[in-house]
Amino acid sequence: MRGRRAWLLSASLADLVFLYAPIAVLMLFSFNASRLSATWQGFTFQWYRLLIEDVALLAAVQNSLLVGVISTIIATVLGVSAAVSLERVPFRGQRVVEGALLLPLVIPEVMMGVALMLFFVLIKLPLSLVTVTIGHAAFNLPIVAVIVRARLHKLDPRLEEAARDLGATPWQAFRRVTLPLLMPAVLGGALMAFTISLDDFIVTFFTAGPGSTTLPLKVYSMVKSGVSPVINALSAILVLVSMALIGLSLALQREREGQK
Amino acid sequence: MRDLAHIRLSTFYLLPLTFYLLISCQPTPDDGPKNTPKAGSSDASQTTTTLHYFTWSDYVGPELIAAFEKAAGVKVVVDTFSSNEELLAKLQSGAIGYDVVVPSDFMVSIMIKQGLLAELDLTKIPNVSMLAEQLRRLPFDPEHRYSVPYLWGTVGIGYDSAVIPTPPDSWAVLWEPRYKGKISMLNDQREVFGAALRVMGQSLNAKDPMLIEQAKAKLVSQKPLVKTYTSDNYDQLLASGEVVLAHGWGGPVARAMAVRPSIKYVIPKEGSTIWADCLVVLKTSRNKDLAMRFINYLLDREVAARTTNRLLFASSNREAKALVDEKVRANPAVYPPDSALNRLEWIADVGEAIRLYDRAWTELKMR
Repeated sequence: MRGRRAWLLSASLADLVFLYAPIAVLMLFSFNASRLSATWQGFTFQWYRLLIEDVALLAAVQNSLLVGVISTIIATVLGVSAAVSLERVPFRGQRVVEGALLLPLVIPEVMMGVALMLFFVLIKLPLSLVTVTIGHAAFNLPIVAVIVRARLHKLDPRLEEAARDLGATPWQAFRRVTLPLLMPAVLGGALMAFTISLDDFIVTFFTAGPGSTTLPLKVYSMVKSGVSPVINALSAILVLVSMALIGLSLALQREREGQK
Repeated sequence: MRDLAHIRLSTFYLLPLTFYLLISCQPTPDDGPKNTPKAGSSDASQTTTTLHYFTWSDYVGPELIAAFEKAAGVKVVVDTFSSNEELLAKLQSGAIGYDVVVPSDFMVSIMIKQGLLAELDLTKIPNVSMLAEQLRRLPFDPEHRYSVPYLWGTVGIGYDSAVIPTPPDSWAVLWEPRYKGKISMLNDQREVFGAALRVMGQSLNAKDPMLIEQAKAKLVSQKPLVKTYTSDNYDQLLASGEVVLAHGWGGPVARAMAVRPSIKYVIPKEGSTIWADCLVVLKTSRNKDLAMRFINYLLDREVAARTTNRLLFASSNREAKALVDEKVRANPAVYPPDSALNRLEWIADVGEAIRLYDRAWTELKMR
């Protein structure tokens, strides 16, 4: 029994090392005084200083945040609506719609990127931050919908029925009863969507136009023109922010479980 | 709890509104006025013109952009790409709105053929008269109808003189078994085949299938010695001592020298590649006059000298050389010695033979 536990423990430990060792090394070398990532020459904050002085990089951060916030808002509004209608209002052909909604989660992202780009070119919408935002909203919608729907599924429909019995209109019942109960899942889904938007490279790559270089695109082009520890510093921050957001998202979703 | 729910709900209502506001503030690429005011005299107009500059990452110092914005009274938005192929794909897919882009020499000829470039009005780019001698007549655009060279350099061998005491002068050093596992080659088919063709005494633009086949055999024999084929991080490999011989562009080798002074650069006696990244204006640009003014600004000798100091790539403006730091000016990895100039060759379009290169390259890499 004890042997088994020790084995499980070491296995999970190995898993963690496997997952986090490269990230730990990356973070460690963001404090390396040497310009080369291969050798350690002492501790410094200078790469972080250079990072905040880099105007082009900050512009990319700004673009990323703008795209992230707006696409998350669109995806959340649409995703919640989709989840509610699928869960609460049965209709013919529901199965098909459900499948179609989940499709973006499984098709290769490259295809989605190319398809979006061709579509934008076809409808003559110039590639810009607007197209990037629409693209991000498109792949984030199913994510929000899935998370919210899972929560909705566990929600007692009688709560809403009771509200209706007491004279609430369907909209009032949704607004005053269902939505507040759903809020943790909505916020959790939104945070998840925001994180994915912030990290996305492929769809952004295809849908970006003039003035819409986002952070991941910028990092990629930086790697090509000479690796510098500024990238390490930037990646370290990005990883921490993403992890914090995901943690928050999970905590919000769990809080709801706890309440129940 | 109820109040909290209310706050959350009101936020929920605000979302679409915020979205609308944010979208409406977002400048779209086509919001520039159709009739761009004459660059330079734009002070009179109320709307700020935006110039979109699509370039390699880190290619232009932010302070130089800020100075131009102030002088011309415009806004410059810089976007970056990471390879010529990425640039071409982006433009072919219908991305419009970019004004000035920076393709490399061979990509300029492709873009000319595809009709992507606008003709330049050289009277608006007076600094063209300052071009260095070897950049005056480029094989792919001899009259500068579409392009002006901006930064240029060579391909050669970066080596660690502490490990290789007798300075190598031939590509053959990359085939020496004693440096096994300490050699890096560019991850670029034409350059790698170029090195092999040159060591065979041929032009690096050879089209003869026999020669390409022979070059492949030569490269196959070299492959066990090669640690890696990389175009990105050989400066790091050299500086950290992981490789002692690196086939590469001068700029990154010069960067490695700054960390490890024993690194040296040589352009082999058999000859090598000369390259240039060029400034061009896109046909779809709505600000062509301003674009040409920007090009002229980038070619200004002081601006160019500062760019060279930072990037360690030589500027095309011959007068800029005098303003460049002494150490950079004397570095053969940045400014090749005059004696080497006549053995340099431009990578040319080899037409149908590119398929032979493609196949040979794939076969080499798969082995």
